Amino acid sequence: MIRFQLNGREAALDVDPDMPLLWALRDHAGLTGTKFGCGIAQCGACTVHLDGAPIRSCVTPLSAVDGASITTIEGVEGPVAEAVKAAWRDLDVVQCGYCQSGQIMSAIGLLTQTSAPTDADVVAAMDGNLCRCGTYQRIRAAIADASTRLG
Amino acid sequence: MLFSPASPLPASPALTRRGVLAGGLTLGLALALGGKRARAAGPVGTFDPPATPNAFVTIAPDDSVTVTVKHLDMGQGVSTGLPTFVADELDADWSQMRFAFAPADAATYANLAWGPVQGTGGSTATANSWMQLRKAGAAMRAMLVSAAAAEWGVPESEITVARGRIRHEASGREAGFGAFAQAAAALPVPAEPRLKAPAQWIYIGKEGVPRLDTPSKTDGSATYSLDVRVPGMLTAVVAHPPLFGARVARVDAEAARAVPGVEDVVEIPTGVAVVARDTWSAMKGRDALVVEWDDARAETRSTQALVADARAVFERPGTTAFASGDAAGALAGAARTIEVEHVFPYLAHATMEPMNGTIARREDGGYEAWGAFQIQTIDQASVAAIMGTTPDRVRLNTLFAGGSFGRRAVPGADWISEAAHILKATGERAPIHLVWTREDDMRAGHYRPLVVHRVRAGLDDAGRIVGWEHRIAGKSIMKGTPFEALIMADGVDATSVEGARAMPYAIGARRLTVHDTRELVPVLWWRSVGHTHTAHAIETLIDELAHAAGRDPVDYRLSLLEEGSREAAVLRRAAEEAGWSGPGEGNGRGRGVSVHTSFGTAVAMVADVVVEGEEIRVPRIVCAVECGVPVNPDVIRAQVEGSVGFALATVLREQVTLADGAVVETNLDTYRPTRFSEMPRVEVHILPSENPPSGIGEPAVPTLAPAIANAVFAATGERLRSLPLDLSAGRGA
Repeated sequence: MIRFQLNGREAALDVDPDMPLLWALRDHAGLTGTKFGCGIAQCGACTVHLDGAPIRSCVTPLSAVDGASITTIEGVEGPVAEAVKAAWRDLDVVQCGYCQSGQIMSAIGLLTQTSAPTDADVVAAMDGNLCRCGTYQRIRAAIADASTRLG
Repeated sequence: MLFSPASPLPASPALTRRGVLAGGLTLGLALALGGKRARAAGPVGTFDPPATPNAFVTIAPDDSVTVTVKHLDMGQGVSTGLPTFVADELDADWSQMRFAFAPADAATYANLAWGPVQGTGGSTATANSWMQLRKAGAAMRAMLVSAAAAEWGVPESEITVARGRIRHEASGREAGFGAFAQAAAALPVPAEPRLKAPAQWIYIGKEGVPRLDTPSKTDGSATYSLDVRVPGMLTAVVAHPPLFGARVARVDAEAARAVPGVEDVVEIPTGVAVVARDTWSAMKGRDALVVEWDDARAETRSTQALVADARAVFERPGTTAFASGDAAGALAGAARTIEVEHVFPYLAHATMEPMNGTIARREDGGYEAWGAFQIQTIDQASVAAIMGTTPDRVRLNTLFAGGSFGRRAVPGADWISEAAHILKATGERAPIHLVWTREDDMRAGHYRPLVVHRVRAGLDDAGRIVGWEHRIAGKSIMKGTPFEALIMADGVDATSVEGARAMPYAIGARRLTVHDTRELVPVLWWRSVGHTHTAHAIETLIDELAHAAGRDPVDYRLSLLEEGSREAAVLRRAAEEAGWSGPGEGNGRGRGVSVHTSFGTAVAMVADVVVEGEEIRVPRIVCAVECGVPVNPDVIRAQVEGSVGFALATVLREQVTLADGAVVETNLDTYRPTRFSEMPRVEVHILPSENPPSGIGEPAVPTLAPAIANAVFAATGERLRSLPLDLSAGRGA
């Protein structure tokens, strides 16, 4: 039994501890907002927060989150999350949208660390999140917009 | 199952007719004017455009207006664009607008550009819905006005509708749409409702009409195909043969069956399926599976051999796709000729959401499937054939697609057919949720074909093009598919030559031939299809000819284009916005230009490149488009920006290669799409137009590669013709 905080609540999953957190979230916790893209930490669609920092859930075994706090797109909240989501909505960033949970979780992670990131900070935080629809220009603009909102 | 984007898919999708009607859909059906939504699919071949447009519009008591979207939304924004047509003619308020994806029903929801087939592709969604949904909205408005006039006892002419409110000024009466939805439903549907003049549009062509799918795609609530959960479902992964054309020889499933969670292992036509209680268990079961493959009839060539064999088919006469004048004679008499060869690799769609689908047997003996269906009519018929039933007994639920770029529109309905085979092989005892891993998706083929072009062009002393001989070798996408009869004529697959058959330039004599290759690698349309290679071959050669003639690439193109043509217009605009003053002086920096029309839309691009060593960077793209009435300018900009991001990696590195028949690039570490840090600044300029709207999902893809290749020539003096552009190969040669 693996016990952890999931979106602010106690969670306990009795599944294979080797199961990647991604599949535990999707198949056993009923949270499908976190997406499967590659399974090898190359695309970032599976990004969630572990104790507030972005991780790739597709290569994180469930055993590694025992006692930790996990936040997914469904549960992320607070001023940074609100600013990022508002910017994403205002700029209509999404196209197919499949990667956007991961993009948003990475962006929230970045702006939580620093509300006024440099361009190098933004590239470092976002270059691991692929968007096959090519929405990068708007992602960049939305991060800048969210940063402004956060003052 | 229809669902509102505002509410997630019900946790227990109904598997019975009664369940469907009990699940919140009842109200919608009752108020869907005309009631055509509940109709079963008619057989293919009895196409008759729907007479009652309101199969597309449902008004609820809460005033919400739900537009039934007959197309797959794979990111291109049809779930916003189509409701825009209705909202405008209906004079609804944008905040009222909702959408739901249509069921499979070719009789009602056919793509009017295709005939009796429901499906999405060829950048036709907006174009074929344009009049249909404007009429649907206008008819609904007229019926609401009639109902209100009757209820209030006032003349229809005194009633106004604006921003979702129905008013009678003189009596001060006012109501929302919901108040009259029921009464309007009983009225006859006007066949030819009066449509607005362009000057009256309130949403069409306007800024500030936000996408309807954005909220659910920013909070994790949007339901994609892979997110479908059906009670009791089992998850399946499939061991596919490592080579195209290989088959199962022997299976040892003992270890796989011993993996906790694995419920069954079954052989199906496409491989061996491991069925388990969750995805991870199914994947572990597949890892434990031992399969021997029979490669006797498999494709075993490597990429190099496939390219050599494609070149070899040029030795045989091809099929003429276009001929005008005596091209051979003109070339013989030309002052100067240039002959070029381009090699284009296989490309994978690599959608962010790998292929997947879910299927269940219904209590009434029919079947229900969930997926990102792109050609519903074919998917439905394929499932029916496998399950031994008729298409009308197969209910399809179309969900959001995590990208497609053409991949989900498969004439062989590969992924949902595989799910159906697993359902059948497991005795239909539980719903099957088929999941392809990224490796499965990358190795499954259905690539943009490997294509070789050879073009010879001749100039006269004045730099005019007097002759043009164009030969294209590759595998036909359409041959042997249900679309063969529709798309092939006189032995020519139109998708192999599109973009090269009709050319906008003044060329003396011209001949175009296609040469079919034989191979077992499955090929498919890939965002902008034939234009992905024809535009590159043409637009890079035009650049070489301009150089040979000592002309500026923009001026040279304008001299060959008809004055007043759309191509000339977009080219002028792109050059002007980019501040074009020539291709540049080299020293690692250069500019390139291209212009091409596809899917009814003319596009011109100016690319700035910086070359450092063997690395090509693209800091800026300036693009001008003419796509008819720009329905939603922001969505158009987004599609152009995205097309650049999508296509850039194919210019720089993307390719699927084979080693002894096996696919080398199996995940996103070796097949590498464009990343954030590589994205150019994209500036989009939309030309005003009163033409009906044309495509925008694809047309900005073809122009990117030639603009960049031409800029690389300006920067380095090196002509890189084949894609991806490889400076190390160019310098080694």
